[in-house]
This record gives sequence, structure tokens and C-alpha cells, in this order.
Amino acid sequence: MTLPMLSGEPEVITVGADVLGEALDAQAVPRVRVDWRPPMPGTDDDLARVLADPRRTGANETAVGRLLSARPQLIGVRPAHEVLDLPKGTFLHAGPPIDWERASGPMRGALIGAMLLEGLAADAEEAGERLAAGQARLDSCHHHRTVGPMAGVVTPSMWMFEVRDAEHGGTAYCSLNEGLGKVLRYGAYGPEVLERLRWMGEVLGPVMRATLDKLGPLDLTSLIAQALQMGDELHNRNRAATSLLVRELAPGIVDASPGHAAEVLRFINGNDHFFLNAGMAACKVSTDAARNVPGSTLVVAMARNGTDFGIQVSGLGDRWFTGPAGVPDGLYLGAYGPADANPDIGDSTITETAGLGGFAMAAAPAIVRFVGGDVSDAMAATRSMYEITLAEHPAYQIPGLDFRGTPVGVDVTLVARTGLLPTVNTGIAGRVAGTGQVGAGLVSPPASAFTSALAALAEVAGHNRASAM
Amino acid sequence: MSTDVVRIRTGVYHDSVSLMRVSQALTALPGVEVAVVAMATELNRDIATELGFDLPQTGPADLLIALRSSGPDVLESADAELERLLTGLAGRTTGATAAERPPRTVRAAARGHGATLALVSVPGPYAFAEAMDAVEAGLSVMIFSDNVPVEQEVLLKRRAGELDVLVMGPDCGTAVIGGVGLGFANVLRPGPVGVVAASGTGAQQVTCLLDLAGVGVSHVLGVGGRDLSADVGALSTLRALEALDADPATELIILISKPPAPEVADVVREAVSKLVTPVVTALLGPGQGDLTAAAETALRTLGVPIPAWPSWPSTVPSPPDATRLPGDSAASDASGTSAAFGVPDSSGPPGPPGALETFAASGSPGSPGASDASDSPGSPGRTLRGIYSGGTLCVEARLIAGTGEFTDFGDDAYTRGRPHPMIDPSLRLEALAEVPPGAVVLLDVVLGHGADPDPSVRLAPAITAAVARGVPVVVVLVGSSGDPQGLNAQAEALHAAGATVFTSNARAAGYAADVVANTL
Repeated sequence: MTLPMLSGEPEVITVGADVLGEALDAQAVPRVRVDWRPPMPGTDDDLARVLADPRRTGANETAVGRLLSARPQLIGVRPAHEVLDLPKGTFLHAGPPIDWERASGPMRGALIGAMLLEGLAADAEEAGERLAAGQARLDSCHHHRTVGPMAGVVTPSMWMFEVRDAEHGGTAYCSLNEGLGKVLRYGAYGPEVLERLRWMGEVLGPVMRATLDKLGPLDLTSLIAQALQMGDELHNRNRAATSLLVRELAPGIVDASPGHAAEVLRFINGNDHFFLNAGMAACKVSTDAARNVPGSTLVVAMARNGTDFGIQVSGLGDRWFTGPAGVPDGLYLGAYGPADANPDIGDSTITETAGLGGFAMAAAPAIVRFVGGDVSDAMAATRSMYEITLAEHPAYQIPGLDFRGTPVGVDVTLVARTGLLPTVNTGIAGRVAGTGQVGAGLVSPPASAFTSALAALAEVAGHNRASAM
Repeated sequence: MSTDVVRIRTGVYHDSVSLMRVSQALTALPGVEVAVVAMATELNRDIATELGFDLPQTGPADLLIALRSSGPDVLESADAELERLLTGLAGRTTGATAAERPPRTVRAAARGHGATLALVSVPGPYAFAEAMDAVEAGLSVMIFSDNVPVEQEVLLKRRAGELDVLVMGPDCGTAVIGGVGLGFANVLRPGPVGVVAASGTGAQQVTCLLDLAGVGVSHVLGVGGRDLSADVGALSTLRALEALDADPATELIILISKPPAPEVADVVREAVSKLVTPVVTALLGPGQGDLTAAAETALRTLGVPIPAWPSWPSTVPSPPDATRLPGDSAASDASGTSAAFGVPDSSGPPGPPGALETFAASGSPGSPGASDASDSPGSPGRTLRGIYSGGTLCVEARLIAGTGEFTDFGDDAYTRGRPHPMIDPSLRLEALAEVPPGAVVLLDVVLGHGADPDPSVRLAPAITAAVARGVPVVVVLVGSSGDPQGLNAQAEALHAAGATVFTSNARAAGYAADVVANTL
């Protein structure tokens, strides 16, 4: 055996006592200094056990390898009741499971809207009573290969983007984006909201389906990669991606439905976030490919229901690890202010889970003010996420970082070791049911979601070792 | 009337050595009685509480600042100085702009850099994560940290085997890779000898003696004190031997080992027998040769004359008869060895030969301390007190002296939550101050990078005080002619303070035993 370090020019990574690093400086040896801090309080023992799990490295390579090799393609738009196990009276919602009792204002508002849209209540008051009486069945979108922005409420009659992973064969769904302002996903359920949703079911959905049937699968990886280079981070900015999508779809829309083409195109063009939902489904299908690798500490879902922030981890199946959802810090629309803000809500953190959104902030200098900072903050945010992720995305690159791949694949152990929490960009919903969006900003996940996941990983690692002996 | 101030800061972290320097600098300010600036670990909290500070709730990641001063004016200037010092530390932490923050883990540091190895010295419970990062990035790693569980050591070394890298340590105090000293490392000239060492100070003693004989090293690879245990099974020793065997610069390998577990000894013996490069094995333990003998065997193998190992005899008690001084057994052929001793690039005058002259010059009777000595000789039951910072040196000295009470202050038990005694001599100085008159003190001073930049500054007054109350002090000074502290300068300062100074630990221990036995 030969050791390369014995023959080459030494360059040393130092971590720990500065006096030892200074001794290298005195010898003019180039070195990289690690700015080490103790891990999150209370994680010492769990970290030691998880890091010693012999499966961990290989499992993480497998899991993040699947996440990176996923090839999401938009293959269709279909009604939820056709593709999801969603009988009448069942609604999906964002984030970890929650009941009416603990649901926040915007979640309740969206559920009320869902009851009205599906004709299960005559008015908001009756809808609220029925929901409070447990007459609707609620379940997490994530349990049904689905993600939903903000409240994320999905009803059987809604039309969904259908995204297929051409590499691993998985499928994921996300509803169609309604636009900004007073919309169901922000908890609004007024007549204009329901009217728009009905139009989306009657016109937009079928036209999109016919269009995609004609065009065939649309490669979302390359579309996202291009959008990143055009200044989107694919969570709070989707302007480039939406424009690219329209360019792809427009001729097909005209061919498929000359009569509705103008209103459909006007609707899509009027909403810079139209692509967000397709992007979320792409992220969901990619992270789902990384699920269920025993021993892996990779985060495969981060999601909020307006009350709890929850994560799921590849090596821990479908278990949720939650902490209280924080209130985002950001800019507010009109006269709204922080007092009007609901705690963090939505499955759109699937973008950060897949290496976009806050993790790709350095790609989107145009919106750094919107999320409270300057360009160097955006660069720092992305750079710091390399500290807690397992890989760099081969296709999603950031021009401003010399085309470095975005940081992908949050590792629970790295979060605990560095104390750095995922940077999440988000919209801010009003806390009162029916208000709608009040702003947008940045939010920090609760550390406890990660430390409790680490504790569960430690328990599993211990069992694994015991059974191996 | 003194004033106490206790403050807690969150969100900052500095290593214990850096903070110790801050504490020392503050305590040195006029009017400051006590300054404790430390991370609020249990140990540091205990220290502050024992000093009488009233502490609020803290977490181990908080920075604790406790000051006791003569009044508010002093406090103000102490505060300003504290700010200045902490800012200095933070400056190294945050770098230029927010976008260019330094990496937070070895894993991140290894991405996109051309590093060839990692040096890990975080507290023991956290060393595994950083070391595993290095191994998995395909880098060899030196783990300076101690208090690392043995099962983690085994995992690291197995993984290193799979990935063709070397894990040096845990508790690896020294290494020299291609001329670069890591950890506590002496400045050694390049040369033909490769060292594989389960003991840091053992390796330092041998390589420093080689240096004094004009012989340099190719690499010094530490493997950690437990590598030859049955649990670890010599995983790193075997890799290190193989790597040195394949290294074109290495013509002779010295294997410095504590007595291995019997089954491990067989494995190592077999591995050694398969190497092309000749191997000198220094086994430390009862009935085995000492480190000085190992260095001498290596010199003999290389055909290099063995010099007289430099020493600086005490003026207190009366100077020993030169012929009885073990270190000077070669004094008769001193002229013959001076050629081998010709330390070509020894910069500072006087070089080691000068040291021998010093010996001769001070060998005159009637030196000032002689009267002190007359108190102690003849008093029966003199005891020997070994106050060591190097574990292997401590063990070797105890075996050779065959008597006395020895403490290795570099042991895990004394380094938990505080810097190594080679950096912070406080515990050893306390121990030295407690030695009762009539006892003989034997202690080591290790020079080189990473160690105290001027150990004699704090040690010399303590030695003078000890000698003054009738405690003879014998020092083994482990250093090379190129060490930044200056071997001769340190030797002379310690000698002037009243110590007898040797460069060979075996000679120092033998001499100390003779003093105890009153044969000197």
C-alpha cells in the first residue's frame, strides 16, 4: 500500500485547537481551517450511535444517488379522483397529519372551501360544523404521493399535475396553481375562489390534459435547470420556469382547444407561480425515489401544516418528526404585518428537500429583498446549505457560484453536528381563515424535528447493531 | 473590595486553548484578580464555582465570562481588553465576507480543496465524526484528541483499511509527514529513518536523539496508544509499516511500541518479517530496552557514531562526578563524537557541543547551591517524584528509576476539559510546588511546534523555588536543534534555575535514581 500523503505537497484540514493549526502556519503549510462548534445540545450520544451505524454511508449514497438520478417528466393532468385513493368526503392537506381541532386559520379556511367546492355543505358555517364533527376524512398529501402548496388541500374533483420519474418509475401529483391573492391554498373560500376552482376543473384541467396528450412527456429536469440559470430558485420565484412552460405548451394548447386557448394562456401567463406546482411534483417524485433505504439519514420530506413542521427520513419509513411551525420573517403585502401572519404552512418545502428554493437562493438575486436581505446573504444562504447536504446536483447549477450544483439532500446528522437548519423560502398566509396571502419571507424549521429524528435513527442503529452480534 | 461580574454569551464557540490564553491575558491586567473565560462545560462551571462565582443556568455551548477585579474602573478596562481579544478570535473565525465563511465540518472542508490529510483535535466525544469525514473523503487523518471510545477507533481504522488511508491516533500526539510537523512536533531534518509509533513522546524522544546525532527522518507516523491492543489489532501499525516500506525515502524503520497484546505481537512480527526495509523495534516495558537504546541501535544500523547525549549538570547538589553521570559515559570519547555531533545546520551558538562545554565548565566545586545539598544527603528515605507530560517518557522513567511516585499529567484523566500539559503547565506547576523538601523531582519538558512557546518562563521560577527548599530537580529536555523554542536556550534557562538537564530520558531517570539513592 502507498499513501499519497507521503509523497505529495501537504495541505492540511485542521479542526479543533487553534494552537495546532497555528503550528502549521508557522511552517508555512497550506491549510483549510474548519470553524467547528459543538453539536446541537443533547445530541452527543445519538450522534455517536448514528455515525457508528455501519450502514449509514452506503445507505446515504444509495438514497441521495436515487434523488439525484430521478428524471421527473410531466406526463399529464388528471382529476384527483381518477388517480388518487380519494373517495368523496376525503381531503388531503399539506404537512404532517392534523385534525380540525389543531388546524390553523388558513388550513380551516381551505378545508371549508373544499367542503363547499365538493358540495358537502351549503355554506361556510355548515362546512365548519361538519368538519368539527369529523364528517370529513383528512390525510397528509405526502401519504398519497402528493404535495400541495400552503394549505395544500386536495379534493376529489381537483385536477392534478402528474409527474413520472422516468428513471425509477415513481409517480407524484400536485394540484394546479390558482394564482396569488385570495386563493384556497391561503385559506380563502369566498365565491371568487370557488368560481375560479370550478373553472379550473371544467376548462383548465381538460385543456391541459389534451395538450399534454398531444405533446407527450415534458422533461422537467431540463426546464428547472434552465430556470435556475434565468434567476428562479423555484420556490418563491417561478417566473422564468412559468415562461418556459408556456413556451412549451402554447402551440399545443391552441391545437388542443382553439376555443379556450386564449383564456387558458391568459390565466397561466397571469400567474408567475403557475410552474411551482409542477416543480413541486417533480421534487416529490425525486425525493420519493430516495425513501426507505435502511440506515439512511437523508431527509426525504419537509412539510408544514400551519401548526407543525414535520420531516420524514429515508431510513425511518413514513414516520413524521415534528416541532412547532415558526412564523416566517419577511415582507408583507399592503397593510398586513407580522401580527397577521400564520405559522409556516405548506408542502412547498419539498423544493428545499430536493435542493431548490432556499437552497438555491444564490440563483435568484432578483428576490433577495423580498426574502429580507442582499445578494451576499443569498450567496451565504446557499453556501451554508452545502454544510448540511450530502451532494451537489449534477443538473441544477448556479451560474453565480461558477455553475456549482445546488446543495441537495439534507442529512440529519449534519444538521445536528453544525446546528445549521435548512433555509426555507416561503409565502406567508394570513392567520384568519379566509384572508389569503399576506406576504413572503424566510423561515427556520424547528430544531426539535431534526433532533427527534436523530434520536429515532439512534434507536434503529442500536437495534441493528444488537441484532448483528 | 473586589467586584465579581459574570456574563454568559450564546452563539459563540472558541476552543479551550484559545480561551485559556484570553483568561491569562485578562488575569495579567492590573487590578484583575481572577478571570475565567471558558465554554460553560461542567468542568469549567465547577472551576468558576469553586472560585466563588455565582453562576446562572448555562448550556455547554454558552461562553462563560467570570471576572473578579478590584473595582469598576478595572472592570471597564478588562472589558475592553476582553472585547479586543474575543474579536481577535472571531476574526479568524468569520473570514472575509459572509459568503466566504469557513467550512463547519471536515466533510465540507474536504469538498473542493486539495487537502492531503486532516488534523483533528476537537474534544474526544466529537472526534469520531470529523475523523470519519476525512476517511470517507479519502484522506488520512491524525486524531490528536483523546477520550475517543475504542469501538469508534476500530470503526475508523476498519473504514480506513477499506479506503486505503491511514488513521493516526486517537491520542496521537505527534506526526511528521514529508517534513511537516503535526501536533506536538519537533523540527526534524529530512533523513532516512521512518518511524511508526504507538507513543507520541516515545517518537519525539527517539527522533530528537537521532537529530542530535545528525540523523533525520522521512516520516513519523503515529498510530495511537491502543493500536496494538487486542481490540484494535494493530490495524494502523500494519498500514503504516507497509506505507513506509513502499516509501522510497525511508531506508530504516523504527517501530516504537508499547508491549502489544500477545496475539497482536505475532501479527506485527510477521508483518515486519515481510518488509524489505530493515526494522528496529523499540518495545517499551519491563525487561525491554529503553528509547535511548533504540535510537542508538538505529544509529549503529545506519553506521553513524553514537554521540554523548548532551546534558547540563546541576550546581545543586554538588556536581556529580563526570564519570558517574550516565549521560556522560561517553565523555571520554567526547572528542571522537563531536564529529558525529557536527550538527551541520545547528544555528544557535552554542550548539550541543557547547552544551558539553557548559557541563565541563560548571563542574567546578563550591558552587552556590552546594550548602543546600549538604542538608539532604544522608537524610534517609529520600523519595522520587515524577511529574511528566509525556506518557511513554513517564513509564520509561519509572521503569528505569525503579522507585518513586510518577504522574503522567498528559493522561486522559488530567486532560478532560483542559489543554494538554505541554501547552498549559498549570497542573504540573501545582504538583511541583507541593513536593516536600528532601524529595527529588524528575520532570520532562518537551519542545517543538504546538508545545508551550517558552516553557522555561513559567518553569524556571518554580524550579528555583523547589531547589531553594531542598528539592533537587532533574529535567529531561526533549527537543531538536531546530526547535523554535531553542534547545540550548531552554536548557540553559532551566539549568540556571538550578535543574540538572538531560536530553535522554533514560539518563535523566538513572541520574535521578542515583540522587535518591544518595550515591551522588
